[in-house]
Amino acid sequence: MTEAALAGPPVIHVEHLSRVFGAFKAVDDVTFDVRRGEVFGFLGSNGAGKSTTIRMLCGLLAPSSGRAAVDGIDVGRDPEGVKRRIGYMSQRFSLYELLTVEQNIEFYAGLYGLTGERLARRRKFALEIGGLAGRERELAKNLSGGWKQRLALGCALLHEPPILFLDEPTGGVDPVSRREFWRLIDDLSAAGTTVLVTTHYLDEAERCDRVAIMHVGKLAALGTIAELKSMFADRPILEVRGPDPVGLMAWLDKSPLIEKTSLFGTAVHAVLKTAATPVEQLSRALADAGRQVESVTPVVPSLEDVFLDVVDRLGQGAAA
Amino acid sequence: MKGVLAVAMKELRQIRRDRRSLLILLLIPLFFLFLFGYALNFDIRHVTLGVQDRDQSADSRALVAAFSRSAYFDQVATIEHERDISDLMNRGSARAILVIPEGYARRIGRHEPVDVQILLNGDNANTATTVLGYVNGVLTEATAGLNVKANASTIGVASRVWYNPELRSALFLVPGLIAYIATISAVVSTSLSIVREKESGTIEQIRMAPISTLAYILGKTLPYLVIAQTSAFLIIFAAMSLFGLPMRGDWFTLFIVVGVFLLGGLGTGLLVSTVAETQQIALQASMLLAFLPVFMLSGFIFPIASMPVVLQYVTTVVPAKYFLIALRGVVLKGVGLSEVIAPLTALAIFATAVVGLSALRLSRR
Repeated sequence: MTEAALAGPPVIHVEHLSRVFGAFKAVDDVTFDVRRGEVFGFLGSNGAGKSTTIRMLCGLLAPSSGRAAVDGIDVGRDPEGVKRRIGYMSQRFSLYELLTVEQNIEFYAGLYGLTGERLARRRKFALEIGGLAGRERELAKNLSGGWKQRLALGCALLHEPPILFLDEPTGGVDPVSRREFWRLIDDLSAAGTTVLVTTHYLDEAERCDRVAIMHVGKLAALGTIAELKSMFADRPILEVRGPDPVGLMAWLDKSPLIEKTSLFGTAVHAVLKTAATPVEQLSRALADAGRQVESVTPVVPSLEDVFLDVVDRLGQGAAA
Repeated sequence: MKGVLAVAMKELRQIRRDRRSLLILLLIPLFFLFLFGYALNFDIRHVTLGVQDRDQSADSRALVAAFSRSAYFDQVATIEHERDISDLMNRGSARAILVIPEGYARRIGRHEPVDVQILLNGDNANTATTVLGYVNGVLTEATAGLNVKANASTIGVASRVWYNPELRSALFLVPGLIAYIATISAVVSTSLSIVREKESGTIEQIRMAPISTLAYILGKTLPYLVIAQTSAFLIIFAAMSLFGLPMRGDWFTLFIVVGVFLLGGLGTGLLVSTVAETQQIALQASMLLAFLPVFMLSGFIFPIASMPVVLQYVTTVVPAKYFLIALRGVVLKGVGLSEVIAPLTALAIFATAVVGLSALRLSRR
């Protein structure tokens, strides 16, 4: 992403967007902008409202209230116009198993009305992105997950959309293919394509320029990874290791020094109430209480810390 | 329009690769025709007949021979004693007993009227009525040459049945079978094809593309119209060679009638696919939708005129009813396009309604 692109007007503009299904608020008053060439991540657990938001932005689902514009086009008023400007790929890779690689490409090209020289050029592009040159006549069902994923991406990009929506694009794909896939995303972004991606993999979210954390339909936090992590600037996180992490956590939760705790594997992450508390003070308190501790070390907050903190605070806000 | 072509082309390629489904679409209807064609038969042949000839004359033997000669009766027993009659009937060895009285030949010789007795097994009223009809037929033919003095005051009826002179039930039933089989294959093909896309998630990808629902639906329907039309004509040809279904009208009219009817069936399949989420549910719903109205409410087996009034009203929305009117008209009566315009219009309205409704349901956001 170039600095010049960041300065331009937003490619996606979302204002107080909501969608209800009966009594259920799937998306609740969400507002944000996405800039050209950005890789914009949607992070959230299942049912957080990520997919519903994407479906509204793709013109597939009408908003219940609020508005959203994609490439300047209102999604409620001209969903067909939106569809022409976006590419979409979901976790299911949406290929026809009984068709060959080539026939899948031809079909999706046909849907977007590609013909002649442009068809030939884009067909070549899709085969390249999928790494499938020379395998045009193979049936899609015989491709392994990673190949299917890249062919699906190629098909979603046939009509050269300025905006690409990826709905959990790496589900069921091995780690090597996942890395390769993200390299393709970076290339696309560098070439000016705006990418909006939903994920529940934190390591994938780390690769995004900005991340929106969604929880129970609400936009809980939004910013670059650094911005999100800065919420811990005045509340350092200590990693406490010991033989009984659950017992440690229970004790830490009661300590007046600690704001909250969470379990990270076999270690406990404890958020200090203020940056003024020295690490030694906690170590001493633990020793005085007779808790067995192997180490107490300050750690850099991870996206998981951020995610848990944001979800936690939203929960408290809702309860208050 | 480009979208229609892309979808239709893709559909054809998929069907071509899925040989098994294609064979099922083309051959299952033929199989059904065999199955129902031979099982669903109201005609009765080879009625078991017991004979008690108390006259034992040349004339009485000639009458028995007339029964045996006809394709309808097989003489299985010759009865000596009265008690054997109830025995034969009770055991079901004979469905009919012919008793020729003493003095039969004498009265015939004097050109006097004479009564013979027929005992019938009435456990199946339909069969009994049919057998009675055969008995009368044989008797009429046998006595024609006897020159019995006719009563002058009797009004003779010279009846003649049109379109189906031998009153073969096949001619009545086979069009209904064609309607049933064609409905099943039409409804099943589109419903499965769309629900399959729901299951694989490809339908989502198509929804994201700038192609109208109508274009998608047309692209889905047209290839199956070709297949269903082929399949329907296969069973029509089979019905002609196997069950002697005549073709008295013109092929063009038949083609149009079948095509418009199939379009309604394909549209029903689309409608099913907007509700069903799995192929299994789609299949069951399609079978039920094809079976119930076509069998019960189309006039296939049960005449609409003898239904309760409420049901008669219900039949006005059953497309198979109009199809049967038109189909029987074309193949049995030999009527042309102008005579089937009313049922054809009804079929066209039905097809437009279901296709339109499914387009609406599929495009809802």
